[in-house]
Amino acid sequence: MIERYEIRFAGSGGQGIITAGIILGEAAAIYDGKFAVQTQSYGPEARGGASKSEVIIADVPISYPKATHPDLLVALNQESFDKYSKDVKEGGTVVVDSDYVKVPEEFEKKFKIYHLPIIETARNEVGKTFVVNIIFLGAVQEITKIVSHDGLKNAILNRVPKGTEDLNMKAFEFGIKLAKEVM
Amino acid sequence: MKVKESKFISGNEAIAYGAIAAGCRFFAGYPISPSSEIAENMSFLLPKYGGKFIQMEDEIASIGAAIGASIAGRKSMTATSGPGFSLKQENLGLACMAEIPLVVVNVMRGGPSTGAPTSPAQADILQSRWGTHGDHPIIVIAPTMVQEIFFEIVRAFNLAERFRNPVVFLIDEINGHMRAKVDIYDESELELWNRPKPENPKGWKTPYKRNEELVPLMPDFGEGARFNITGLDHSETGFPTGDPKVRQQLHYFLRDKIEKNKDKILKNEYMEVEDAEIIVVAYGSTARSAMRAVEVLGEKGVKVGLFRPITIFPVPEEDMYRVCKNAKKIVVPEMNLGQYILEVERVMKKQMPIVGVNRTDGEPITPEQIMEAIKD
Repeated sequence: MIERYEIRFAGSGGQGIITAGIILGEAAAIYDGKFAVQTQSYGPEARGGASKSEVIIADVPISYPKATHPDLLVALNQESFDKYSKDVKEGGTVVVDSDYVKVPEEFEKKFKIYHLPIIETARNEVGKTFVVNIIFLGAVQEITKIVSHDGLKNAILNRVPKGTEDLNMKAFEFGIKLAKEVM
Repeated sequence: MKVKESKFISGNEAIAYGAIAAGCRFFAGYPISPSSEIAENMSFLLPKYGGKFIQMEDEIASIGAAIGASIAGRKSMTATSGPGFSLKQENLGLACMAEIPLVVVNVMRGGPSTGAPTSPAQADILQSRWGTHGDHPIIVIAPTMVQEIFFEIVRAFNLAERFRNPVVFLIDEINGHMRAKVDIYDESELELWNRPKPENPKGWKTPYKRNEELVPLMPDFGEGARFNITGLDHSETGFPTGDPKVRQQLHYFLRDKIEKNKDKILKNEYMEVEDAEIIVVAYGSTARSAMRAVEVLGEKGVKVGLFRPITIFPVPEEDMYRVCKNAKKIVVPEMNLGQYILEVERVMKKQMPIVGVNRTDGEPITPEQIMEAIKD
């Protein structure tokens, strides 16, 4: 039974950070039948600027909706990692973009860190940078199993724009593959 | 009750779905963060239900349009955030005085002035009670959970209609943008109220003649009665009057319509309050932090409970006093510099220490902050 699992996604505006939180929360709450709440914080800018999205997943009703000691952090750039890794739970899972985040050595022992070429894969393998969020969602599912594979797949299909389903499914599979390669 | 569908949606979206279920068929608004998703969702929901959506030129015109639609018989809503709520105050007073059913949503953000558009605050609490001038009647609802927002907006419409009064609906950036699973119900599954009207509106000459709940029996415009609506002190006919007796009686009616029907308006939630030595009084999104604090400390054996008013105005004086009178301390967390705590102090007559936990930096009050205040 999961009493409380805290997830934080962080990056810059335009990387689909908030959408990723919504999809993960929807997978847990609607498709997997768990309790989930998703919150966000963002700057006044439409693009650029810091963006953060948090999801709490539990098998019991959730009181406080924000992450206080995340079990999982995904950070897509250095600023996000530096700002949001401080309160990650000891032994927690951290997924970073290997090209954009340098992790100080002492953190390598404190967390389970996965360095994945998320943005590069979006750009060169899938061919669209807007699927960055779907790639890391695939990786997160494979690493943590916090939501079911099918639940997440259905949530992605429900939320992405019509006509982009195949592209996003391709990104989802790439995310799973990236995780498998380092596990 | 049969669930129509379950959706993973935000508090703002839940307001739109709840309003539709409550029978709202008119929305006028002007976009402003963090409330814009309400207008956005109403814009594509309303046409599907035969309703009308209009984006007006500003917040003042928006509430004006909503009042007009309500006078014509439609259940109406407008939604905004802090700065827009300030702009709406004059017309809010008109709706109070003319007794026009209306729901006004304020998704609170930092202030004063333009403040912090994308950060939460609970800084408009006393404004929601006293923002417009004069001794006006008002009902203010401040829900916490996303599912609760759906049901409470329905209740807001019911109270607005039943008592022919504006209801201010306060949420903030946190529960406005927070997503959770929400069960959506059709209007056939809900208890809905419609405004009291005369049995035969044609030729009705006394739009301010009242029923036993002190609510005027007013026809809709267009139903065949010719009558006057004004912001001036008026008699039963709706026309201005200088008669001191009639004017005094009108002001008493406006007050008593809410005061004497409080049992139908108030709603509170209680958590672990029996034998509690310390009570947290919290409302809106901050109550979730308080719930966590009560959970964690309760497991450690601390006798702490939560009193959560959902209707925050009129103040639930009797309920609050009954629940809190034996407490050794009261803690009032708010994302402002101390507003509702003034009501708690008034009700509890400062019989025990009453401590605020306050924050206006755009960050939520954490359970830890509340726990520290409980233990201090």
